[in-house]
Amino acid sequence: MSPGELPGPGPDERMHPKGRRNKQGIRIDPEAEAHHPPERAVLSALVKHEPGVLAEISGLFSRRQFNIESLTVGTTTDDSLARMTIVIEEPRPGIDQAKKQLEKRIPVISVRELASDAIQRELVIIKVNGDEPDKVNAITDMYDGQTLDAGPRSITVELTGNEQKINDAIDAYAQFGIRELARTGDAALARGESPTAQVKQPNQAPTEAQVETEVISDD
Amino acid sequence: MSERASISREEQDDEANSSNQSTDVDAAETADQPTQTGAEAVVDALENAGVEYLFGVQGGAIMPVYDALYEHEQMTHITMAHEQGAVHAADAYGIVTGDPGVCMATSGPGATNLITGIADANMDSDPLIALTGQVPTNFVGNDAFQETDTIGITQPITKYNIFSDDTDTVGEDVGTAWALANEGRQGPTLVDLPKDTTQGETSATVGEPRTPDTYDPPTEADSVIVQQAADALASAERPVILAGGGVIKGEACDELRAFARDFEIPVTATMPGTGAFPQTDPLDQGIAGMHGTGDANLAISNCDVLVGIGTRFDDRLTGDIETFAPDAEVIHVDIDPAEISKNVEADYPLIGDAAVVIEQLHEAMSGSPPADEWREQCQTWKDEYPLDYEMPEDEPLKPEYVVEKYDELTPDDTIVAAGVGQHQMWAWQYWTWTKPRTWVTSHGLGTMGYAVPAAIGAKLAAPDQEVVAFDGDGSFLMTAQELTVAVRENLNITIVVLNNEAIGMVRQWQDGFYGGRRMASEYPWIPQFDKLAEAFGAQGLRVETYEGVEETIQEAREYDGPSVIDAHIDPAENVYPMVPSGGDNARFALNEEHLEELK
Repeated sequence: MSPGELPGPGPDERMHPKGRRNKQGIRIDPEAEAHHPPERAVLSALVKHEPGVLAEISGLFSRRQFNIESLTVGTTTDDSLARMTIVIEEPRPGIDQAKKQLEKRIPVISVRELASDAIQRELVIIKVNGDEPDKVNAITDMYDGQTLDAGPRSITVELTGNEQKINDAIDAYAQFGIRELARTGDAALARGESPTAQVKQPNQAPTEAQVETEVISDD
Repeated sequence: MSERASISREEQDDEANSSNQSTDVDAAETADQPTQTGAEAVVDALENAGVEYLFGVQGGAIMPVYDALYEHEQMTHITMAHEQGAVHAADAYGIVTGDPGVCMATSGPGATNLITGIADANMDSDPLIALTGQVPTNFVGNDAFQETDTIGITQPITKYNIFSDDTDTVGEDVGTAWALANEGRQGPTLVDLPKDTTQGETSATVGEPRTPDTYDPPTEADSVIVQQAADALASAERPVILAGGGVIKGEACDELRAFARDFEIPVTATMPGTGAFPQTDPLDQGIAGMHGTGDANLAISNCDVLVGIGTRFDDRLTGDIETFAPDAEVIHVDIDPAEISKNVEADYPLIGDAAVVIEQLHEAMSGSPPADEWREQCQTWKDEYPLDYEMPEDEPLKPEYVVEKYDELTPDDTIVAAGVGQHQMWAWQYWTWTKPRTWVTSHGLGTMGYAVPAAIGAKLAAPDQEVVAFDGDGSFLMTAQELTVAVRENLNITIVVLNNEAIGMVRQWQDGFYGGRRMASEYPWIPQFDKLAEAFGAQGLRVETYEGVEETIQEAREYDGPSVIDAHIDPAENVYPMVPSGGDNARFALNEEHLEELK
């Protein structure tokens, strides 16, 4: 007899269920297991523009182990609000969980996952060696970039575009030797009339940001 | 949730609209005549919230707030021995009353000593507000004496925190933090109070506590999903309800009881949900999880519809997620959307207030599930897997007996506090739970040392109810100094130390999973706890035989003031049933041999 032991049929003598769940807690058909490959999602969050919010949001993503690709933040037309654009790469259940965890934080006013056709732009500043200025200029023209600074040893250019275009441009500049570069990460808005994350308070006069959104969607 | 200070959103808005102008006028007229300090505004905010007790420890940066309490009569401040004691006492006060408990500490070490208790409250969604002193704002960031980044440190473990650096709004900040701790999914909040904020003067008056306008917790669940869920449940052949802590926090126990009884659905409970449904009811189907009972774990494993209410399906409950209720459609009722499909996918997500949603489900049910065979099966499991133990005369005292005896001798509404470890599991398993808000322990964080300060907070919250704390020798040594508070306040509480001279749960795991290598788990140098209690001025008792148990318990209960019973129990006793960490709940071990098979 072992101390504390209890009576009753042993593990093999009991009723056992037939089914199973996967690691995400989703019931699975044993013959066709649901598979959730990681996908890229763009989340737009309207947050209170106050100290500590950026730390709160970035902390949330790190401690819940959400795989974050980029995070940008900036003010809106309403001084009290800021918009964050967060690009994450997660399986679908992880993306849903990230949205809900974001929405739960008190300074976060609203969150929306943008559709894949959303307008996404990133800015990059690249400083390359200045030995072949003509070739550098040709590539800058090709990517609709701008030369910000040119000296005998280095040329600095600016480009904007979606992630793919920026990656291609960086590859193209690599032949000259890239000295340094800085990327901002994506900023994004929903395309057309559909609103990005916006203030929604039924009992309040619309804020400036809301009015702004409405005007845009009227266009 | 508190009714004391919560007013509905509409009323709040009306009041805010009508009072805005008048306060503006007042502010203009008295702009040059400060009426009070920031610290007094803090105290006003607490008073407006209906706070009765504060638990804290004095210190430099929080002194202005203490000074503002000097002549205050409505609120009683309980000075604790250590800030961890303050936060656990406040936490227990919150569990028992349903209103946020309030703890206070100074900056630096005062604030960091609160961390364990704040994290504990965060894991268990306990309503708690912490007020911490901070160095003056012009020193912040300079590594000043007793400066620490309290906001940064507590950000991941609070529902909300705020660095309150404006004397004109500090009172409102405290009110907001109190209201946020109380409303929606409850949880801990913190207001960091720089000394110049609390010492500064202001003409602002402090209103009722209210949540920010952007905070709007859900109440009613989507009626379409409610109907679908009710249809699934009404046609279930193997239904079971899993009552979580949210049933108690959401004051939904009556609704749950009526629902389960009307449709004859067996009810299991999580550890925090224990007490939501009376264990004396025939529909009670035990307690679920790692050390839960066989009847509960088998019912959950084999059910075809699982109604989880106010539970976050944590790993100690589910075991291996792949084998958790794998045949079941899950109806998940929770006020926090982020809990839906976090660990277990919800087939029917019902986001809303537990009491409201259970009513909705109740109305949508077409009838009792056709589950007579299942109900019989559930009864069979209850008979097959009783919690039972033997008491050989020649062997040391069994802890289970001490718990059962105490339960037998005390009224139903007795509050039981516990630390963390084997003693906690025995208290949970062998007490017969019939009422909510009587089981006060550390669930999610697993904080050893919780019991003694929790018993103090619980007794002050419910002076007319008996309070007993079951503690382990290891747990007790972590916060035993709070006995000094129980003696000073002459609290009629009993601490029963189930003393096996070991960190028993670790010892049990070492024996089970580490080849019996008992590294740092045995405490043969333990003090005499009865003597230690006497040194504090409490009654100290010792028991090591079955005959002595009843008499000793009665001696403790009859004593005017706190008692400590040093109960020397069988050091070899282990906790069963046991589902090994990450194991299949249906394959719980009832003894060492089972455990061997499962490894």
